[in-house]
Amino acid sequence: MATQDIELTGWRKWFASIGDQWLFFGRFFRNIFSGGFEWSEFVRQCYEIGYKSMMLVGITSFIMGAVLVLQLRPSLASFGQEGMLPKTLSVSLIREIGPVITALICAGKISSSIGAELGSMKVTEQIDAMEVSGANPIQYLVVTRILAATLMIPLLTIIGDLIGLVGGFFAININDNVSAVLYIHKCIYSIDYSDFLPAFVKTIFFGLAIGFVGCYKGYNSNRGTESVGLSANSAVVTASLWIFVIDAIAVQLTSILFYH
Amino acid sequence: MAKEIPKGKGEMIIEIKHLKKSFGQKEVLKDINLEVHKGENVVVLGKSGEGKSVTIQCIVGMLTPDSGTLKVFGENVPELNEKELKELRMKIGFLFQGAALYDSMTVRENMEFPLTRVLKMKDQHEIDERVNEVLESVGLADAIDKMPSDLSGGMRKRAGLARTLIVNPEIMLYDEPTTGLDPVTSREISKLIMDMQKKYKTTSIIITHDMDCARITADRVVMMKDGEYIAEGTFKDMEHSDNEFVRSYFNKEK
Repeated sequence: MATQDIELTGWRKWFASIGDQWLFFGRFFRNIFSGGFEWSEFVRQCYEIGYKSMMLVGITSFIMGAVLVLQLRPSLASFGQEGMLPKTLSVSLIREIGPVITALICAGKISSSIGAELGSMKVTEQIDAMEVSGANPIQYLVVTRILAATLMIPLLTIIGDLIGLVGGFFAININDNVSAVLYIHKCIYSIDYSDFLPAFVKTIFFGLAIGFVGCYKGYNSNRGTESVGLSANSAVVTASLWIFVIDAIAVQLTSILFYH
Repeated sequence: MAKEIPKGKGEMIIEIKHLKKSFGQKEVLKDINLEVHKGENVVVLGKSGEGKSVTIQCIVGMLTPDSGTLKVFGENVPELNEKELKELRMKIGFLFQGAALYDSMTVRENMEFPLTRVLKMKDQHEIDERVNEVLESVGLADAIDKMPSDLSGGMRKRAGLARTLIVNPEIMLYDEPTTGLDPVTSREISKLIMDMQKKYKTTSIIITHDMDCARITADRVVMMKDGEYIAEGTFKDMEHSDNEFVRSYFNKEK
């Protein structure tokens, strides 16, 4: 209420916003365990966030896998190392490109859609109506969406990685002739836990950031239709930024934990 | 105050004393004083943007007043904690200007939402019974499986009213219930408010600038100007008020 009533500017506004986000995160976290979990809404959100993003993630991952192979091949060929293509592809795809590209696509698709949906609910007083009726909008709208994003982004990343490897297989066979069995064998044996595990863990945080930013921006929209667009836009920008920040932290932690 | 206040006969439900609320530099509520008694319909009249809705938003705890007392059922609303506020809200129905139907749900799901989430009802048979009963009483039984986007303005208001009444609130707060409707539908909604008040025996505050709505629904009219209630009385009293500003609302010359 305080931040809503007092007009702040500059750094004060920025700090107030950080504090507000922490409070919002606290409300989200408390409501996970406060009982009465909205299972049906959670499943619906998993379907909306996960299943409905699968096609987009699949297509981009396939293209990304193929493009990576086509880009890498000339460099490796100059050393006579075309045989390293499956290993190079699988390591770069699973460690970095797959998680980050999937997360960025989802930031664009999911964060914006959650931001716009909750923003328009705020503008049309639906969230207020929920609150004044004594229902809990945080539990129904926010907890379900953030948890669904946190669960679905890692799953989408795994699917995206696999499809990316399929794309790479097709691209390799444009110039070379590699059997599927050999390709799979080479990919699997190039990857160990230190490649897969940190990448998987960081996608959980990507999902959390995507869901949280979308919900926060939408839930705190101002009145007026213009703010719906602004919430959606701001959600994408902020979520994308968070993805890079989390990625940078994850790389540092991974190298400390696994490569030292 | 222009006239002797015709107090309601029942116990006092809402008591507001010296309520103040500002947004930034703008002082919206300067000194609001109001008493609402059980079973009474109080209509608040005033120009758009005067802050009429702010008072009822304070009553349900959507906004916190800067100072003053705001007692509902004897409890000072600004001092309530989250749990107490939730319990209080369960006794208050709030009809928003745009009806605020949940647009991703059908009319049936909109009705079920407060029953399952607020009253924690589990028995589907009982839920269906209550949904059908309330929709029949507002004349929307046929629209039960429609989406809000398929409803007309009047139907949306009826559905919003039904969703609010389904939990049997003791107080109803109406924020411009007839805004955006044609005169015929406005009168229908105003009459519906009266019918529902008789059926559900609610105490109501109705924020409006629709004089037809005020005439049909008001036991008592309160006139707001510059962040204060400047006059109150029955609709007839107000029509013949000595205050020119008040009379101007009723198109009456003296």
